[in-house]
Amino acid sequence: MINKLVIANLMHRPIRSLLGIVAIGVVVCMMLTLVGLSRGMLQGAAERAGGVGADVVLRPPGTSLLSLSSAPLNQRMTEFLVTQEGVRLAVGQVVFPIGGIDTITGIPYKEFSELSGGFTFRSGGPMQSPDDILVDEYYARQRKIKIGDTLTLINHEWKVSGIIASGKLARLVVSMDRLQELTGNEGKISQVFLRTEPGTDIQALIARLKEKLPGYPIYSMEEVVSFFSVENVPGLDAFINVIIGISALVGFLVVFLSMYTAVLERTREIGILKSLGASPTLILRIILRESVLLSLCGAAAGIALSFATRWIIQTLVPASLTQVLVPDWWAIGAVVALVGALLGTLYPAWRAASQDPIEALSYE
Amino acid sequence: MSSEPIIEVSDLRKIYRAGDVDVYALRGVDLTVQRGDFLTVIGPSGSGKSTLFHILGGLMKPTSGIVKIAGQDIMRLSDAQRTNLRKVTVGFVFQKYNLLPILSAEENITIARTIAGLPQRPPAEFKRVLEVLGISHRMHHKPRALSGGEQQRVAIARALVNQPEILLADEPTGNLDTENSAIVLKLLRQLNEEFRQTVLMITHNPEAASFGHRTVTMRDGRISESLD
Ligand SMILES: Nc1ncnc2c1ncn2[C@@H]1O[C@H](COP(=O)(O)OP(=O)(O)O)[C@@H](O)[C@H]1O
Ligand SMILES: [Mg+2]
Repeated sequence: MINKLVIANLMHRPIRSLLGIVAIGVVVCMMLTLVGLSRGMLQGAAERAGGVGADVVLRPPGTSLLSLSSAPLNQRMTEFLVTQEGVRLAVGQVVFPIGGIDTITGIPYKEFSELSGGFTFRSGGPMQSPDDILVDEYYARQRKIKIGDTLTLINHEWKVSGIIASGKLARLVVSMDRLQELTGNEGKISQVFLRTEPGTDIQALIARLKEKLPGYPIYSMEEVVSFFSVENVPGLDAFINVIIGISALVGFLVVFLSMYTAVLERTREIGILKSLGASPTLILRIILRESVLLSLCGAAAGIALSFATRWIIQTLVPASLTQVLVPDWWAIGAVVALVGALLGTLYPAWRAASQDPIEALSYE
Repeated sequence: MSSEPIIEVSDLRKIYRAGDVDVYALRGVDLTVQRGDFLTVIGPSGSGKSTLFHILGGLMKPTSGIVKIAGQDIMRLSDAQRTNLRKVTVGFVFQKYNLLPILSAEENITIARTIAGLPQRPPAEFKRVLEVLGISHRMHHKPRALSGGEQQRVAIARALVNQPEILLADEPTGNLDTENSAIVLKLLRQLNEEFRQTVLMITHNPEAASFGHRTVTMRDGRISESLD
């Protein structure tokens, strides 16, 4: 019966209830989308790195896996590395930032193909000239690029010769020589991929290399892939926490307003319940139950909405953004909504519970 | 009539603090009501009738005096105990019906049982009360779909569903036309006669007052005369 009353109350003001649910839904969705994006982008990066087919990566001194350095390494490094015991292939690479989080990657095509087993072409094929460019399918879809199109990047016109399957190395791939020229990095590279001889102990190899090349960050590919996680991106954790805080605050305000007006509007009804012998605790329980229901519906709406944002991102900007579903965060989202809602209900509920029945009954 | 009175009030006083002004609403009320009685209270507006009923119904604390309801001394009850008094010992009927607009007639009645912590299903005898009230066929309607007379009869059913010892009705016909007033007054008398329901009713209509066994008049916070 109490539940019936709670539901009847919510149904009695469908627009307000709906608005409350949508507002909570939007903040929960915002949370899930953000976490999903952070994870999705990192997973995408990890996947592309893993797809290269290398066992070990060597980076310039003083850099981390996530820093976008242009090309501080001497290209001769590859020649040195390939002479080391256990190393079969050493392939350099130039990564150049082109604004935002986009980068363009230059590779020696033949050596890279040997390392990675080559690109999978969705259409077109390998570069025919140094001014050809390969773009991955998401980038092509997002920018509506076809084979033979011209792309202007770094003040240079590139001709699209192939559209490659996503998940290997990068979204934009050009000839390393041409990229070095264009960016004034002749003879310089950003990092080196190593492929080991079968049966090589990778950790031992890394230890040996570190001894010879002190100060150079050297990682196994496994490390690289596992490095792409939320905890390892400076500030991302804090950023997500801020978003959670804002979500809880908005949930609090929405529910506070909604329940505050509901309690005012129902002053008389609360007086009636009290005249029938409803204790303050019972009134409190009714109001709390209503806001719990409101926030749980809001959380469910938020989860549903996060599927929608994922679909929209996948359809509109698949190359720039990747959102994954984060079911492990659904409960967190619901709890944040719930905590915000309960805090927002405390004062209105207390007001309702402590109303004098006679005064409440004479309220118009 | 049994010897033990169901209501015993003596030297009851109530002072309202309205800002800096003290309003003496009750100035020493003495009243005894026997079980099964039908008492009507008349008196001019502002004479303290509602205040008296609110105290008898456990909705408000008196300032001083003795009030015994069904053997319990109201002055000594805690808030929780006064709440309990409202649940089962007294049933209240107001001038403005005071039904919950979002619930059906039936739900308005059963919620009183839920609040009292009783099984939702009313006792079998209650069926007869509904028959007397003549609202059995209107139970699934929301209050706004009912006439004033019907709403007041639902409110009476709600007041009686927990089988209270006392029914307090504060101007129950104040919002009703002559025809519906007559129906409600006859019903109250029938409930009193058939179920020996103790009824106390406020009215300022002397004709309505004649429906009771006994009428008292309030004036300036005192009961000034008593007619049998
Ligand atoms: N909450 C209150 N605060 C201050 N004065 C009140 C309050 N309620 C009633 N009064 C005053 O107490 C007196 C008695 O009121 P009431 O019991 O409602 O009379 P009646 O029901 O006979 O019209 C009136 O003078 C009224 O103005
Ligand atoms: Mg009155």
